[in-house]
Parts: sequence; C-alpha cells; structure tokens
Amino acid sequence: MLRHNATPRAMLPPVSPFTQVDHQRAVFAEELALDCGVSLARHAVAYRTYGKLNQARSNAVMVCHALTGDQYLAEQNPVTGKPGWWSNIVGPGRPLDTNRYFIICANVLGGCMGTTGPREEMTDAEGRGMGRPWGTDFPNVTVRDMVRQQKRLVEHLGIERLLAVVGGSLGGMQALQWAACYPDSVFACVPIATAAHHSAQNIAFDEVGRAAIHADPDYKGGRYWEDGRVPAQGLSVARMVAHITYLSEEALQRKFGRRLRGAQTLTLLEDVFEVQSYLRYQGSTFVRRFDANSYLTITRATDYLDIAAEHGGNLANAFAGTATRFFVASFSTDWLYPTSESRHIVRALNAAAANVSFVEFTTDKGHDAFLLEEPEFHRALGGFLSGCAARLGV
Amino acid sequence: MPDTHAPIQYVAKNMRLDLRLIAEMVTPGARVLDIGCGDGALLAHLTTTKGADARGIEIDMAEVTEAVANGLAVIHGDADNDLAFYPDAAFDYVVLSRTLQAVERPREVLRQMLRIGRHAIVSFPNFGHWQVRWQLLTKGRMPMTGTWHRPWFETPNIHPCTIRDFFDLCALEGYVVEQWLAADENGLRAPWRRSARLANLFGEQALFLLRRG
Repeated sequence: MLRHNATPRAMLPPVSPFTQVDHQRAVFAEELALDCGVSLARHAVAYRTYGKLNQARSNAVMVCHALTGDQYLAEQNPVTGKPGWWSNIVGPGRPLDTNRYFIICANVLGGCMGTTGPREEMTDAEGRGMGRPWGTDFPNVTVRDMVRQQKRLVEHLGIERLLAVVGGSLGGMQALQWAACYPDSVFACVPIATAAHHSAQNIAFDEVGRAAIHADPDYKGGRYWEDGRVPAQGLSVARMVAHITYLSEEALQRKFGRRLRGAQTLTLLEDVFEVQSYLRYQGSTFVRRFDANSYLTITRATDYLDIAAEHGGNLANAFAGTATRFFVASFSTDWLYPTSESRHIVRALNAAAANVSFVEFTTDKGHDAFLLEEPEFHRALGGFLSGCAARLGV
Repeated sequence: MPDTHAPIQYVAKNMRLDLRLIAEMVTPGARVLDIGCGDGALLAHLTTTKGADARGIEIDMAEVTEAVANGLAVIHGDADNDLAFYPDAAFDYVVLSRTLQAVERPREVLRQMLRIGRHAIVSFPNFGHWQVRWQLLTKGRMPMTGTWHRPWFETPNIHPCTIRDFFDLCALEGYVVEQWLAADENGLRAPWRRSARLANLFGEQALFLLRRG
C-alpha cells in the first residue's frame, strides 16, 4: 500500500486551494441549534434551483446530494467544469422534469461548496466573522442538522410543503430525516441506495479514509489552511478507498479486469493495472475540489446516523402516523448500502402503516448505480413522482 | 353458507377475469393489500372504481417497476417473508390470487393474511379438477392441463390443493368461509355453488372470502 501511495503524490502537481467561486447563497441571521449542543449564530446555505415554482407553491422538489456531491445538480459545475451530477435525471422531460417541478438542491451543512462548513469563515457567538476558516473548530454536525438547515432554506423560498424530497446515499439519509422531522412538509419521500443508520462496516471504511487524512503530514492537525496547502495524499487515499465501496466487484471486473496500462502481459517491473491508474486518477481529481476537513465532518455525520435510536430504538416510531408517500429504491449489487438496509426501512414503514413502494433494481453497477444510466429505475422514479404530482394537482 | 355480499353487478374491461370477481368482493373505500399483485391491475381498478387505499406486494422486478411507474404503492417482496412486518388489522382485505400454491408455507401465509386483514380473499387453481384426476389415473404421470401447464420439475407450484382440501384447512384453522365460488380457467363463474364436491370436480379455479372465526 505504501509503495502505491508514493506514486500518486509524485504524479500530483502542487495542490493550491481550489478555485474560488461565488455560489448563490441564502444567509440566515437566526441561529441554528445543532444536535451537539452548539449553535451557529449566523449560517449560509449555497443552493441552486431548476424549473419554476408554480402559483400554488406546490411543485417544489428538494434533491439532497451524497457525500461528495454538491448543489450543481443539472448544470455545468463551476469548480470541475463537468456536467451536473444528476443531469441524466433532472431536466426537461426527464424523471425530475424541470418543466413540471421546481427543483432545489443545497450544499449540505459542513460541505465545501459555499454552505457554512469548515472551509468558510469562522463566526463568533454573535455571528461576527473571525477572519479565519472554521477548520477543525467547526462543530460536529448530524444529518438531522443538515435537514434543519435545509428547512430554513425551503421556508425562505416561501414553500410550506415539498412535493417530494429525493436523494441517494447520504442524500437518501437526508430524505428520511426530512420525512421523520417534518412529516407535514413532505408529501413524498424517495430514499435511494441508502440506510437509516451506518453499520459497523460503513463506519470502518469511513475511519480508514479519515485515518489516511490524519496521517498526511500536510494535514497539520487540521490547520493546513494556514500555509495554503492541502493534505492531498491523505485525501486522495480516502477517496480511493471510498470509491471501491461505490463499485461492485462485477463492475470493476467488467471495466478493468486484470488489464494493464500500456502492456499486454505482466513484466514484474513497472506494471500498472488499469484499476490502479483509475483509482489514482479518482483520488487526484478529488483533492482539487474537496476540502479535507469537510470530508471528515460529513463522514462523521453519516457515522452518527441512527434514526431508530433517535426514536426509542424502533425505526417505525420515526414514521408513526405519517401521511408521506415513500418510494424506497435499492440496487442489487450495492454492498455499501445493500438491499437489506432498504428492506429494513420498508418494513419499518409497513409497520407504521405508511404508503410505501419499494423496488430492488437488478444491476451490476453497485452503489454508483443511482447516478448512472438505469432506465428501469428512472422510469419508476419518474412515474412515482408524476403520480404524486397528479394527486396534488401539479 | 350465508351469502352476505352483493351479487356481481358489472365486469371491468381489460382485467383478468378472476381479478374482476375478486374486485366484486371488496367494499368501497376499503384498505386492500394485494399479495402477488403483478403489474397492479387490480390495485388500479380498486383505486379508481372503489376509492380503495390499495397496496401491493410483488416478487418480480419488472412487474413492480411497472406498477410503481404507474403511481401504485407496491413493494418488491414476497408473501413468505414480508407479511410479518405489517401491524394487526392494517387492512380490510388481504388478497392472494393464484399464488397460494406457490408459497413456501401456505398455512402461515393464511394466518398472516388474517392477522393483518379483517378478511382474506384467496384464489387458487383446483388440483381436484376432473382432467387432473383423469390424467393421473389413466397415464400415471403428473397432469398437464390448461391450468397446470408446467412440467413437475420446473413448476413453481409446490403446494397444490383441491377445493375440499382448502375447506378442511379453513375448518382446521377456525376460519369462517364468508363466500366461495368455483370458476373456469377464464374466471367465469361456474354453476356448482351448492356442492363443494361438484365444484371440486368441475371447477378449474376457486375463490374464497374468509374471516377469522
């Protein structure tokens, strides 16, 4: 492992703090009380919207992003220059039809794309700027805190009830927390490829990523921002490990197998497997767009998640008496949040007598399937939302 | 047997005939769970014509996808494993059509149906039909008929029963048979309603409406 780590570092150009972009933001002066007991006196949400809010304000759909996603859902990302991460799902005539719905996507609390987080300027108890980033002084946040902040944004936009909250992975956890915390504000909830708690295995993989960041000398106890460096090596290893969990064994085999880069057979000299070079590339591009302290903050938030524990140890209690309609979706080869986790959610919803649909989609793409071309999934998602919209007269 | 339910008044188009017979047993506005609901034809029918709160369970991914894409509340699951998670009396009717013979534990599935529902509606192909008996008697081989058309080594029907067997199970479990009928393969009602023995000989399909005793 060490030998391999040396290579990407050598390949990386010196990493400067990443592109400064002016994100669209809503700033809130009313404090946000967090689960950890700390309050943020002043906080901001960076967000994007697509489509138009109708007169009745009944067509709003909140999309929640995953761990390393952001608010640039369906347009070119200003930092990476790549298309929006869900542009295959969100757009005119797509399952999340921007001709019909008003779609909101916000960068999560603790993120690094404009929402209050470790990379943003630290504020004191009165909300005054302190001229330095939060860094590791940023309080521990939870998925529920993320959702509380999003609720402020939704109210700020003049929306009382969302037609739907939709999200995959960490986004699905937020969708579940939306339905649990604000049942009257969520007509429909679509948790995709997700879980209602982090398993020991989930926490273990996150810890490997965090350990890699902590072990990077450039991390400097989290104060790397002082000299403008970033812990690129540690962060890229964290990304590489995480990336493996996003893919299935079948997908890795199909995409890379044992193929070598620029060679037909092993020479036992400088051989590079294609899967190696792919992971290195994933790691090296990630460090140019993501903040290490944000990575630590958000992975911790997912590890803290246990919705059942917040409701007396029974997940069904979180949804007791809910009128929200649910569509739970999982993918057959997802081993990060396997179908058993989705089934657990579905059974809790059944126990709460909730209106729930559930499909396990057969695919070889693993966890990442929720981001990729999965026509059956897209059809079900579009149809489910359309049915909900019809009930609300949208 | 008391026949407290209204007689069949109309037949919906574009729906399997036995599903139409089932739909006739459901009262308006009822909460219904259809186990093995396929693409949700019965759910859609009950929702639009009876104002029912209709939900389904289906094992086949393509069928569930179709149902969900049509805005129906269907979960990808099966009768043997998913019923235990519903609360008591969550539904007015729990429907199991042409599936009882294919579940692993039919007796347990019926128990769960009548735990989570006030009524159970069960339809199944009748293994006591004369053609089945005749083929087994004369050829000495597993019967192949219009209803039982898969060879024994690949049929999903692991628990076939006859109409009389089903009556016995209901008696054993203390279930009240509120209504029953035998039908031909197309779901048309057959005229042997007074005699279970005749129905068992000439009925290709059976349909029962049960409640707990």
